[in-house]
Amino acid sequence: MTQLIPPLAQKALSNCAAPPPARVVLRERGQREVFCGLTSIMWLHRKMQDAFFLIVGSRTCAHLMQSAAGVMIFAEPRFATAIIEERDLAGMADINEELNKTVSRLLERRPEIKLLFLVGSCPSEVIKLDLGRAAERLSMTYSPRVRILNYSGSGIETTFTQGEDACLTAMVPELPETDAAELVVVGALADVVEDQFARIFEALGIDNVHFFPSKKAGHLPPVGPNTKFLLAQPWLRDTARTLEARGAKHLPALFPLGAEGTTHWLKAAADAFGVTAERFNAVTEMPRARATRALARYSDTLAGKSLFCFPDSQLELPLARFLSRELGMTLEEVGTPYLHAVHMAEELALLPTDVRISEGQDVDLQLDRCRDARPDITLCGLGLANPLEQEGLTTKWSIELVFTPIQGYEQCGDLAELFARPLNRRTRLAV
Amino acid sequence: MQLTVWTYEGPPHIGAMRIATAMEGLHYVLHAPQGDTYADLLFTMIERRSKRPPVTYTTFEARDLGSDTAEIFKSAARGAYERFQPQAMIVGASCTAELIQDDPGGLTKALDLPIPVIALELPSYSKKENWGASETFYRLVRGLAAAQPKRPANRLARPVCNVLGPTALGFRHRDDVREITGLLFQLGIDVNVIAPLGATPEDLTRLPAADFNVSLYPEISDVAVRFLEKEFGQPYTKTIPIGVGATNDFIVEVCGLAGIEVPDLSAFASNMPWWSRSVDSNYLTGKRVFIFGDGTHALAAARVAADELAFTVVGLGCYNREFARPVREAATELGLEALITDDYLEVEAAIARLQPELILGTQMERHIAKRLGIPCAVISAPVHVQDFPARYAPQMGFEGANVLFDTWVHPLIMGLEEHLLGMFREDFEFNDSAGASHLGGHGAAEKVTDAVAASAQAGEGAIAVLHWAPEAENELKKIPFFVRGKAKRNTEAFARDKHLETITLETLYDAKASYGR
Repeated sequence: MTQLIPPLAQKALSNCAAPPPARVVLRERGQREVFCGLTSIMWLHRKMQDAFFLIVGSRTCAHLMQSAAGVMIFAEPRFATAIIEERDLAGMADINEELNKTVSRLLERRPEIKLLFLVGSCPSEVIKLDLGRAAERLSMTYSPRVRILNYSGSGIETTFTQGEDACLTAMVPELPETDAAELVVVGALADVVEDQFARIFEALGIDNVHFFPSKKAGHLPPVGPNTKFLLAQPWLRDTARTLEARGAKHLPALFPLGAEGTTHWLKAAADAFGVTAERFNAVTEMPRARATRALARYSDTLAGKSLFCFPDSQLELPLARFLSRELGMTLEEVGTPYLHAVHMAEELALLPTDVRISEGQDVDLQLDRCRDARPDITLCGLGLANPLEQEGLTTKWSIELVFTPIQGYEQCGDLAELFARPLNRRTRLAV
Repeated sequence: MQLTVWTYEGPPHIGAMRIATAMEGLHYVLHAPQGDTYADLLFTMIERRSKRPPVTYTTFEARDLGSDTAEIFKSAARGAYERFQPQAMIVGASCTAELIQDDPGGLTKALDLPIPVIALELPSYSKKENWGASETFYRLVRGLAAAQPKRPANRLARPVCNVLGPTALGFRHRDDVREITGLLFQLGIDVNVIAPLGATPEDLTRLPAADFNVSLYPEISDVAVRFLEKEFGQPYTKTIPIGVGATNDFIVEVCGLAGIEVPDLSAFASNMPWWSRSVDSNYLTGKRVFIFGDGTHALAAARVAADELAFTVVGLGCYNREFARPVREAATELGLEALITDDYLEVEAAIARLQPELILGTQMERHIAKRLGIPCAVISAPVHVQDFPARYAPQMGFEGANVLFDTWVHPLIMGLEEHLLGMFREDFEFNDSAGASHLGGHGAAEKVTDAVAASAQAGEGAIAVLHWAPEAENELKKIPFFVRGKAKRNTEAFARDKHLETITLETLYDAKASYGR
């Protein structure tokens, strides 16, 4: 099930700026070794500290959350699963009535919850359980103490990080209206990264900077026709679309990975808010130099090494751009679960034209290609990593990239370290 | 609809994966949406398996629903056969595919593959992981062995048995198999087939050649061994050889089934009996222990705890209702009411209420223990990466008994240290928060009294909170943390009993006299 489609072929006909050279993307369908959107609750429930995520699904969903979390870190986390049972499906119990009871039990147990997400799953989608109506109904009961929203994290509609996209999209109608010229940074970032960026924006003289989502779900950034937004993460297709529908303007940029990406990303905001080139340079010069110094330590290990990326989080393209341009790695294949041609336009323009980019997955075929290529390092999910190590390939778990602060100048070295360590280990081990 | 935070068991298709992954030459085609592939990492990460589980997921999407999901299944099944060339295939649906009713069995039949294909019906909305593993193993045994001739009678060679039950992702299955097959060999009994772990579909066709079956993990093997008994007249073992006493009983039982004389049991050595009788083990006597796990392991642990370590079992339970009956009986004999639940929060509440000095549980109880600052050892699945040790560490047989002694005793505060902690509570480096010295400080209980006390009070919600006089409260703090919760609870119960509103120093010591240690 492989198709070759040049995604930019049509765009090339339009007469805007010089189009990037036509690029062939390998599109595949088959077995996907990628998580579903529910998994993004792993970081969303830590980021939004007064929100709770109630998955309406099956025992599989509950088991996924527990296994994907790797360890059960939290005695009672801010997520749970309402497991649909046989009697719900057989109509012996009114499933909406059951959901009401479950939510009421939960809110009694956890009175501190201010925002509750009802999260749809594969089974709830297939039986067409209307969680939108359920959320409306329950909101009426629990308003104003608790706001209840819904979105779907099902595997039949979303992959891994798209769960965050769906969650934020559900929040956009909740954002207050404003006419003020404000900057919104969209996409969950580690707290330390958020604080660094906030300090840089302040130094640039950009006031009214909001982060979405923010540490408190109660703090919602206002949005309106004078809002400009930067995407901090590459997986926010629908969130961007709904923000644009409310009049906000997307600032196209590279994603803030690596010194080059971070500079480009910050510059997009600086230009939009009229920051002078002198001031921009003055503010970014020091951290940029620090990032360059930090990266220099890794160039010996990484330069000239080849990389093969299996699709996982949609971070693959920006990562490949960073690793190839700032650390001199060569690219065998860059897989992504989903390729958003517009949000990725800047990234694509900086990738070598001969690199194979693949969208979607047929895992057995992709494994064949990976074995043929024998890359120095393979970026892949946890299900594939140990089997590939056993075959003698060096791997980096992709999930660590969404659970580690990697954006911004100060994290450039950490990001390079993530890729250097597996190679380093291989040279050290003598067993 | 059931509100769940953590689950003890996955869905039934995970059980089927444990069978498929344990075996060689078998492939599982699972009709499932994107995301269900998370299950691969259970095997490649938690168990550190170096091969991908032999599972092909069809990965259908929303846009396929109602159009061609059946075609997707057929093409995945055909592709899996061509690529992996298995000896046999199992086919089935995960929870979502069960709802779209594509009939994987019928679809595969239509493909007319030249290998045995066994269709699994695993109801995801009513059954769980162990049931799924047991059903899958039974279907495989039935499908592959049933057509075979009955075993030849009256052979002259050594007696032969099968060892049934060990799977992938099982708690110490790898090591138990080695320990028990070694023991059987020593007894003069040969092993015909070990399954599912390491067996091929072809091996399963040879099951009828054995004289009897050893059923190691009834959660997995019980249905299959009953079928083999009915179909081929093979009796099976009922004793689970965990602990010295149970291993001795197991030897007597298998010798009976094999028709051989029971050897002198003193010839088999385990250090455990002497370790338990050694004078330093006096401090183990009467330690209050809470036991929870799958029915088989919980039951075995209760016997070992009471009879072989002289612990006092204060709580006993299991999460799998299918094996609740013997657990209930054992609890009754110990004067307890069994806790049968798959609700993690209920287990946590029971532990907080009982305040044991040691928890023997699953990785879930390990988290509860960490939170409450109670020592804990894992005795049963569900397990995590640290429960797959690099070293040989069986639970079964005589070496298994040694392992039990070591792993259960290790988390406890050792003999004299326990006393010294009690005598010199205010020593700046030798105190509660320093934890046990042999655990490098990691045994330290964080805010243990607060957590325990809060939980204990929550459990007794309706009763008015008693007032502690300051000097009594200070004295309470001098009691070592691992018994402080219990002392507090006992004192408060004593005060309530005597209708006292304020607990004084006198009340504290009156209660101590009345309860003993």
